[in-house]
Amino acid sequence: MMKYAKASMETIAGIEIFPLISLGIFFAFFLAVGWYVLRADKRHFRKMSEMPIDANETTHS
Amino acid sequence: MQMERFRYDNAIVRNFIVASILWGTVGFLVGLWVALELIFPQLNFELPFLTFGRLRALHTNAVIFAFVGNAMFGGIYYSLQRLLKARMASDLLSAIHFWGWQLIIVAAAITLPMGITSSKEYAELEWPIDIAIALVWVAFGVNMISTIIKRRERHLYVAIWFYIATFVTVAVLHIFNSLELPVSLFKSYSVYAGVQDALVQWWYGHNAVAFFLTTPILGLMYYFLPKAANRPVYSYRLSIIHFWALIFLYIWAGPHHLLYSALPDWAQSLGTVFSVMLIAPSWGGMINGLLTLRGAWDKVRESVVLKFFVVSVTAYGMSTFEGPMLSLKNINAIAHFTDWIPAHVHIGTLGWNGFLIFGMIYWLMPKIYRTSLFSDKMANAHFWIGTLGILFWALPMYVAGFTQSLMWKDFNPDGTLAYGNFLETVTQLIPMYALRALGGTLYIVGMVLLIINVVRTVRSGELLREEEAEAPALERAYAGHKGEHWHRWIERKPLQMTFWSLVVILIGGIIEIVPTILIKSNIPTIASVKPYTALELEGRDIYIREGCNACHSQMVRPFRSEVVRYDPVHQQYSMAGEYVYDHPHLWGSKRTGPDLHREGGKYPHSWHYNHMWDPTSMSPGSLMPRYTWLYSANGRDASLNTSLTEKKLKAMVQLGVPYTEEYIANWEEELNMQAKSIADELNKDPNIKVQPREEIVALIAYLQRLGTDIKKEPALALNQP
Repeated sequence: MMKYAKASMETIAGIEIFPLISLGIFFAFFLAVGWYVLRADKRHFRKMSEMPIDANETTHS
Repeated sequence: MQMERFRYDNAIVRNFIVASILWGTVGFLVGLWVALELIFPQLNFELPFLTFGRLRALHTNAVIFAFVGNAMFGGIYYSLQRLLKARMASDLLSAIHFWGWQLIIVAAAITLPMGITSSKEYAELEWPIDIAIALVWVAFGVNMISTIIKRRERHLYVAIWFYIATFVTVAVLHIFNSLELPVSLFKSYSVYAGVQDALVQWWYGHNAVAFFLTTPILGLMYYFLPKAANRPVYSYRLSIIHFWALIFLYIWAGPHHLLYSALPDWAQSLGTVFSVMLIAPSWGGMINGLLTLRGAWDKVRESVVLKFFVVSVTAYGMSTFEGPMLSLKNINAIAHFTDWIPAHVHIGTLGWNGFLIFGMIYWLMPKIYRTSLFSDKMANAHFWIGTLGILFWALPMYVAGFTQSLMWKDFNPDGTLAYGNFLETVTQLIPMYALRALGGTLYIVGMVLLIINVVRTVRSGELLREEEAEAPALERAYAGHKGEHWHRWIERKPLQMTFWSLVVILIGGIIEIVPTILIKSNIPTIASVKPYTALELEGRDIYIREGCNACHSQMVRPFRSEVVRYDPVHQQYSMAGEYVYDHPHLWGSKRTGPDLHREGGKYPHSWHYNHMWDPTSMSPGSLMPRYTWLYSANGRDASLNTSLTEKKLKAMVQLGVPYTEEYIANWEEELNMQAKSIADELNKDPNIKVQPREEIVALIAYLQRLGTDIKKEPALALNQP
């Protein structure tokens, strides 16, 4: 199976750029998430973070 | 708003926790046994199924997949239902997941000691079991995602993101790493060879640590730590960054297991860079866990559960600092192949995984049994004995690691190795191995206390199998609100979350692996490297069956200390092109014994014959066990089984190994000829009487072949004296 995959894709030119692209993707993504968490609504985060503790209240013993 | 009534399934949680305790105890005991075998090799009683090479895989599989696996499923089933305010979607799938997983564990416990193994670390199980794992894993995933879809809580708490990433990534890793060509029901060959096999293996191996032993446990931490401390996690913001950064980076780090190996340099460097970056999210997570207790540290004094959690999270921080450090080439040069690595691993498993699981069990079992813990005092004793156990396990092994490495690399002023005999570097470590066994024993004593405590707790209460709960139904027509951020949208959408997690981990996986597989120039071929003969191939399969790669590497790194030791004549390190016919690769990850990649021709056949019969006869003080079952002696029949040889050769051809049709037609003749020549040579020794078709002959044929091809390559014999 790998033989066929190899044969058809061996010709990719400039594959060395892969690591650089990946680094770029990572930093772009990281910046986006960072931007989001810094700007997002604090009340939403507070509500989210209390979920494990809230969950207890729905139980009846 | 209309309230809906429903019930949480606590029985499935209980089942998984009990299974975890049971298999955990077995896994720990096997671990202790193999630790003792490294002090007293005769403890294998000359029985194949009790020998280190086979039992080591049983130990690692038992603790990873049976102990941590079952506990993680128990914790997920408990927290998932409550965070989603919904019962698990299907009781049938829950049952299939539970019983399927236990059956797989039983299958592993039977096949691994029998020597049925693929030899790939942490993925040793043979192909039928691999398929079963995939099916059961899918049952778990479908059950989890269906539950998420029918939830009554709009937003997914961060713990659930970690569970989703776990499911998705482990599925991808397992499938790609397990691609193998079956030869029979119990034998298969990896479709990848040599360097590529090693890269895929450690892409899997490293991410098994990341996505089986870390992300689900982090999910549990984000649920059970706030629960036990009764306060929300320190920073939810940080947890979002923690999640995305962790899953994004982890997938890249695999090649750090292959530094200074024959892997292309660019792939090694990529692994190092991403490993170093991993400190940031890992420590973000650790800090988030520990700071959850800010202003509440007094609770730690009183709550044994929190004590376990604090040590667990601290161990996570230590391991995740150490990991990136070990990924630096200069540190890796010292640590790799030594006892430093097991020390590092056990801080993670005994400390981070074990202690989080113990804390969770002490918190959870009384809850679902509607009672309180039988004895806090006993749990406290477990905590202290267990902590001492971890220290006694790890500290001697750090010392052993440094000792070994420094001795390997020590030269005399005249340029010769100070410890030319590898054995000297091994016997030096025996006191450390004894201390390690003491550490393991302490850890098991702690486990026994846990068992007593849990049994007494369970007896004092009654399992609330079905726990009544109520919550308002989720509005179907929710459209978000104006100006809503994209990330909040993802948090509401489980399928999108699953999809994006998959995308994130695939980017890393593809970029890391595809080029090595596709680009021929990454693996320069060497004309003199030829496929193994039929006899050598059978010998190699014996090597795999006995798990020789658990203690012997086949990778001479490009260091003077290694080429002088392992290839004193040609001083040639291992090249990628030497492994092109190795399905699977057998590089190993630990040198309890010396590297064997240049073993061929180093000693006469009779040396190997006597050494495998009784290693101490050739190397006094050796820790290697006797392999007497490879010899037809004392009424035992050790005839080489060649019923599959032809099929094996044909399978290799399918995988691209260039055996000619003529060779395959005449394999038996060739095999007999080679076996006879080795046996004749051996029988010249008056003390040896061997038949050509004994297993030991095939193994000697393989060992004598190792690393000999390259010596026939004139262009590469650069360092010839």
